[in-house]
Amino acid sequence: MSVLAACGGDSGKPKLNWYINPDGQDTLTSVAKRCSTDDYDIQIQLLPSSATDQRTQLARRLAAEDSSTDLMSLDPVFIPEFANAKWLAPFTGDLAAKVLDDDVLKGPSEIVQWEDQVVAAPQWSNTQVLWYRKSLAEAAGLDMNKPVTWNQVIDAAADHDGTVGVQANKYEAYVVWINSLIQGAGGDILDPATVEDGRDAKVTIDSAAGEDAAKVIEKLAKSKAKQPDFTTSNEGTSLGLMFPDKGAGEFMTNWTFVYKNYEGLIGKPGGPKDKAQFEDLGWARYPETVEGKESKPPLGGIAIGVGAFSKHRDFAQQAAACVTDPEAQAALAVSDGLMPSRQSVYDSEELKKAYPPDLLTLFSQSIDSAGARPKSAFYSQISSALQSRWHSPNSVNAGTPKKSADFLNQILEGKALL
Amino acid sequence: MSTTYVQTAVDPADEADRPDSDRSRAENSLARKLVAPALVLMLLVTAFPMLRALYLSLFNYSLTDPDAREFVGLANYATALSDSLFWRDTFNTVGIMIITVAVELVIGFAFAMVMHKVIFARGVIRTSILIPYGVITVVSGFAWQFAFSNTNGFVNSWLPFTPDDFNWFGQYWSSMLAIMASEIWKTTPFMSLLLLAGLAQVSEDMLEAAKVDGATWWQRLYKVILPNMRAAIMVAVLFRALDAYRIFDNIFVMTAGANNTESISFLTYRQVIEQFQLGIGSALSVLLFLSVLVVAFVIVKLFRVNLADARQES
Repeated sequence: MSVLAACGGDSGKPKLNWYINPDGQDTLTSVAKRCSTDDYDIQIQLLPSSATDQRTQLARRLAAEDSSTDLMSLDPVFIPEFANAKWLAPFTGDLAAKVLDDDVLKGPSEIVQWEDQVVAAPQWSNTQVLWYRKSLAEAAGLDMNKPVTWNQVIDAAADHDGTVGVQANKYEAYVVWINSLIQGAGGDILDPATVEDGRDAKVTIDSAAGEDAAKVIEKLAKSKAKQPDFTTSNEGTSLGLMFPDKGAGEFMTNWTFVYKNYEGLIGKPGGPKDKAQFEDLGWARYPETVEGKESKPPLGGIAIGVGAFSKHRDFAQQAAACVTDPEAQAALAVSDGLMPSRQSVYDSEELKKAYPPDLLTLFSQSIDSAGARPKSAFYSQISSALQSRWHSPNSVNAGTPKKSADFLNQILEGKALL
Repeated sequence: MSTTYVQTAVDPADEADRPDSDRSRAENSLARKLVAPALVLMLLVTAFPMLRALYLSLFNYSLTDPDAREFVGLANYATALSDSLFWRDTFNTVGIMIITVAVELVIGFAFAMVMHKVIFARGVIRTSILIPYGVITVVSGFAWQFAFSNTNGFVNSWLPFTPDDFNWFGQYWSSMLAIMASEIWKTTPFMSLLLLAGLAQVSEDMLEAAKVDGATWWQRLYKVILPNMRAAIMVAVLFRALDAYRIFDNIFVMTAGANNTESISFLTYRQVIEQFQLGIGSALSVLLFLSVLVVAFVIVKLFRVNLADARQES
């Protein structure tokens, strides 16, 4: 009887379920404990590790109007989908002002808004920068204090026994790369003015910017700077080529976790030999697609959404504000390398101790000026459609943007299978 | 022998046509009333999802954009049937069905013969033949994925003609081969179980008579055993073919549809569960249902067996 009563939650304090992804589990557990109050307890529930499975599991609960889904850690690309399906309870009044004040960087603040409402609270932000070996850039004569282009990076690596690490497997991160290349050339996959129109969005990938993006991929595919597993490369595979036994190392576009990763691997397999070699690790802003045009680094991270069918919506929204506060963001950055979405946290003493100051500045600037992936209720289809026409990267050429635009139009109209 | 058996089986049916007594009529009516709730429930459980799928298939409907739902008639069917992806996946599914069922029929028959004839350690042998069927398909999928892995699998080292680092899941044909191997291993016992039931029906007297007439082992197999097992073989092939046509788990675990190894069920799953496209996904599931009916019809016609007769004989 007592077990049943506990499950029903009718007796005693309400228990709020918070579905988290496996990143930073321990920190999130202590955040949940700190943010539990006399009115409610926050209970951690773990989602699967793959983003696709996380999305499917949450969507199945929400589509069934599950009242026990209170808080959710959401990937940016799920937000428009879930918000459009009316699965997220919008933040209003003071709470909206609290979770999305001026302190939140521009990139993450844009992705949590849908149809002029705040539908999630930004918790941490991710972005990509260009990681490289200082010795390799120096040998190639590249001035890394100035913006560099993809062309320069590929040529520098090819001419000096180095490689270029990217994510080009047939999966979401490949779309992240394509999107950043296109936005870096001043274009978009979908017209930003119509992107929220769902099926009626205007496809604009078949443009000069689309062709510029295709040129970069084609150049790398034909270059000897390409890594051996180019067509199946992911965030993890290129890490090992930064400090190889032979060769000059690499230029690699990758997320913020890289710094802490190599720091922890000093003297271990796959990492720098010693502290001196670790010092050779450099970082710079995401490369430009077209010379002179500011690059648009990718944007990732997590925002906290509140289930529209939750029995305790008000409590859940208060809890969401607490688990995304500066204290929680600082803890995630210091212990897990998950960077904040608030400027004030970058300026805090804790972070300055944990990261080199110029790296912190680079992260916050990249997040602030990052380019988001299309904000569409059909994002998952858009992404799959791009993957099916842009993969393998070896087959990308000047005709790819046109081919993918035709297919994308068919998919949005529901006239083709994916 | 069998004629007498059929005769007695038919007799009660004849009796049923005679005018019933009041008591038996009352009993029948009570039975109908008792069964009715279960019947209604069964109809609700089985018919509702099918009718719902049929209804949804007429819409362009995404779960994440409920407001944009629009009636499109049969357009989803036209889209599916005119898409090369649908036909590629149908080709894969039919290919897997034909090859696995054919291989299973041969191996399964051999196993059935062993189980039928074995005298020594009968229980142990029968159990060990049947074990794979008891393994959950997802588990066997993982087991075979590890077996075919180029880093920690044993298949490469066992096969003399493959290099040790050969990646079975790197291209179409070898991925399909691995998927089919797993499918065959898993379901051959089911086939042999059904065939064993058929073998048990073949009259020993007829085999004895054939032996006395000087028939060789092959002649007895072709002239006596197989013709008398036709109904059992048909049932085995029918069940397994329909089962194979729905193949999903092995593909999901082993390749997740990479290298064009997708089946029709997998395509349907992706549209509905991954893409949330309820309209076209429902259309695909209706097409899947219809194609299962076609497969069943073709197999029944192929074996020229009257199902009602088959039921009475068995």
